[in-house]
Amino acid sequence: MALTPVQNQTPAFTAAVAAGAGAFFGLFVGTAQGSGFLGLIIGAVLLGVLGFVFTSLTAQEKPIRWAVLAVFAVAGFFVGGFPALVIGALFGWFTGWFIFWLATSRYRATLAPYLTPGQVLWHYSFRVICGAIFVFLITPILVVMPLSFNAENFFTFTPEMLRFDPEGYSLKHYRDFFTNADWQQALWNSLSIAPMATLLSVGFGTLAAIGLSQPHVPFRRAIMAILISPMIVPLIISAAGMYFFYSRIGLQGTYFGVVLAHAALGIPFVIITVTATLVGFDRSLTRAAANMGAGPVTTFFRVQMPLILPGVISGGLFAFITSFDEVVVVLFVGSAGQKTLPWQMFTGLREQISPTILAVATILVVISICLLTTVEMLRRRSERLRGMSPS
Amino acid sequence: MSDTTDTGPVLAADGTPLKRSLARALRMQKMRALALIAPLLLFVLLTFILPIGDMLFRSVENSIVSETLPRTTAAVQTYDADGGEAPPESTFDALAYDLVVAAEKKVHTRVGSRLNYENAGISSLFRKAGRKVDDMGEVYLDQFVELDPAWEEPQALIALFADPSWAASAGGEDEPRFEYSSAAAEVLPGATDAYTAWARTIQTEDQDSPTKEEPWAPVYMALYHDLADNPDAASAFEGDTAARLAAAAAAIQSPEWQTMSTRDAFVDIDEDWADPEVWRTIKTYSSKYTNGYFLNAADFQKGHDGPELRPELQRIYGTLFLRTMIMSLAITVSCIVLGYPVAWILANLPSRTANVLMILVLLPFWTSLLVRTSAWKVMLQQQGVINDVLVWLGIVADNDRLVMINNQFGTIVAMTHILLPFMILPMYSVMQTINPSYLRAAKSLGATNWTAFWRVYFPQSVPGIGAGSILVFILAIGYYITPELVGGTKGVFISNRIAFHISQSLNWGLAAALGTILLVVVLLLYWAYDKIVGIDNVKLG
Repeated sequence: MALTPVQNQTPAFTAAVAAGAGAFFGLFVGTAQGSGFLGLIIGAVLLGVLGFVFTSLTAQEKPIRWAVLAVFAVAGFFVGGFPALVIGALFGWFTGWFIFWLATSRYRATLAPYLTPGQVLWHYSFRVICGAIFVFLITPILVVMPLSFNAENFFTFTPEMLRFDPEGYSLKHYRDFFTNADWQQALWNSLSIAPMATLLSVGFGTLAAIGLSQPHVPFRRAIMAILISPMIVPLIISAAGMYFFYSRIGLQGTYFGVVLAHAALGIPFVIITVTATLVGFDRSLTRAAANMGAGPVTTFFRVQMPLILPGVISGGLFAFITSFDEVVVVLFVGSAGQKTLPWQMFTGLREQISPTILAVATILVVISICLLTTVEMLRRRSERLRGMSPS
Repeated sequence: MSDTTDTGPVLAADGTPLKRSLARALRMQKMRALALIAPLLLFVLLTFILPIGDMLFRSVENSIVSETLPRTTAAVQTYDADGGEAPPESTFDALAYDLVVAAEKKVHTRVGSRLNYENAGISSLFRKAGRKVDDMGEVYLDQFVELDPAWEEPQALIALFADPSWAASAGGEDEPRFEYSSAAAEVLPGATDAYTAWARTIQTEDQDSPTKEEPWAPVYMALYHDLADNPDAASAFEGDTAARLAAAAAAIQSPEWQTMSTRDAFVDIDEDWADPEVWRTIKTYSSKYTNGYFLNAADFQKGHDGPELRPELQRIYGTLFLRTMIMSLAITVSCIVLGYPVAWILANLPSRTANVLMILVLLPFWTSLLVRTSAWKVMLQQQGVINDVLVWLGIVADNDRLVMINNQFGTIVAMTHILLPFMILPMYSVMQTINPSYLRAAKSLGATNWTAFWRVYFPQSVPGIGAGSILVFILAIGYYITPELVGGTKGVFISNRIAFHISQSLNWGLAAALGTILLVVVLLLYWAYDKIVGIDNVKLG
């Protein structure tokens, strides 16, 4: 339901705005082809004319938009082959949508009726700015993925890749990752260190979080500050301190030393997530259980644990990813025998740059997506269990 | 009411006063809570707080000089460092005794490099001297042996120096630690000390026995000095030993007896041993604890009249701290600028759309730090994605590609991206609680868009900005990995220098001092964060 009654715009308005957009894109295409000024003029005239014409043809929106898309795609193909076809098609889709969006005043439909044109302009400019920031956030992660299928040993797009030539793509970096002894050893080390560290921090952390959420805890603030400090103290300082101290007591360069260090780093995450879950925990449930004759252990495992389990699991996932991603502390506390995946990536980035790193990065991104989904689902489940409506 | 006239204490079911009963229940609760927390607290104290304490301790600890050179540091206490002269002969003697032990234990290079941090060049002095100090006093050894070949025999020396009960048990397997005789210590203090040091060193270092080896030359030098000071030493002994000592004491008095100067011997090895600056350094760093590392970390050095600023060219840490601060500030500001609109739009969109967009914020947050850093390396390098696009668009010439990596720009861009979620999430949680009708009310009362935002919305969102900024700043000033990989030389932080001192220059004390300063800054901010936001309110996603 439209909030604001709208009517079609005049051809002149649509033509002017479309010409502005055309000039903007034309400038880029023009500079790429040699003359920015010419591109600007052509773009402005082209979109201006289209805008003017389409304003009176709003009834045939669908076929016209398809036609525009096809024309731009074909034009792109003749200019620059397959890559330009894709860009042309995208551009054609955008032009068609943009002109009709303007011409039918759809852009005003969801806005408050009293907004001035300046405010409407600002509204959409603000969205474009936010869109650009989201692009900034996500692009680096997306760029890594196609590059990891590069057939060459480069960190950049080859001409073959840009032509979408199958020759330009290969799985060789993934093959390298799964066959190279160094990488496999690193993966194995990561997989043997992280679960142990997670187990330690979740075990100790959950108990302490339950203790901390009791109503009367002496020195609560001070204890909390100490337990959260591994997250706040810069990693390089933790690493330096642990390196000095662990080499005094002979833990430096041992598997056990790295596990202890990573467990210490993961604890704040467990404490934070589990105490957050316990905030909404109804204490009368434990009293009810005790009233019905359950001992403290039974109460814990049959009543409290199932309710806080989502929090415990997501705390554990945080602890796991902390250990799995950690490189500074393991660089100092570990020795060559504990070389983890991030350490191998770090040396790879510093010394011999191989796109295998990008293959590993892609795999890690996929793992992160899985973990993110799990944590989000657990959060909702926990909120549902505690009777809140999930947002 | 007759049943309320009883004024005695209210009793619990078991007859104890209710007050005491309640207090006991409360105490039980507290104990139970503490018992649950204790294991973790102990774990964190052992694995994390203790190492940090150890680092703080290392930043002032300086026992290596006084432990390795005990006699020299004692002798140098009376030395007037500003007199412009090298110390007297006796100090050089002490150095010879210390060095020969240190060289045998192979720790003389360590003390050399420790002092080298303060005065470049000392390291090589100690290395060279350590190679030749064995021969110092050779001239005395030869003369003693010439006088009586028994001076070379281990058993004769043991008879002189060793405690009789030790001598009885010596020579076999599991030889006990060498013990000197009190008589020898009284009349021949220097020689006994030197012999004891030798005997214990070869026992521990070479698994040898003093009963089988002949001592090194400096022992004879000490013997000569003791006999010269105390010609009657022989009277404290009996038998062959006394006779040998008496003969030696007599020979020393004769004009044919040749002597040497350890001072000249050291100056022969390297003439810098006569340099008063070297001795001043040794004296300055002879105490067990020093503020030297901290002075160094603040670009100061110990001058003639207390701490003074280093020469302009040697001041690096001030610049580094300042750069770390400025760049962290720049990163924080760019995070605010980029994070504020995003947090605003997330808080004001319908929740279904906001949740989808939230994924775009959380995905980078969950992605490995190294993945994001390598992504920025791919994006920013000269043959990278951004440069390729700019060249393709014709904005930048192919031979004139932008340098965006291995400098401060690269570090700021990459770290802004990495830390942006830490800014957006606290801002978002604050903005969610701001009631949008305030903004509408302001507008209906005639405020322009800008006034309504600036005077109504913005002040309410300040706590979010504060929380996010402190968090981002704390994380930024301690960053190591990203500046190391994309920062080049101009874009590195203080943490990179700390890592350098730990793993490459091995100046652990300085690394600890730099770390301590950084830690103090972070803890101050942490304290501010706790005051403003409260640690309990930290949220993750």
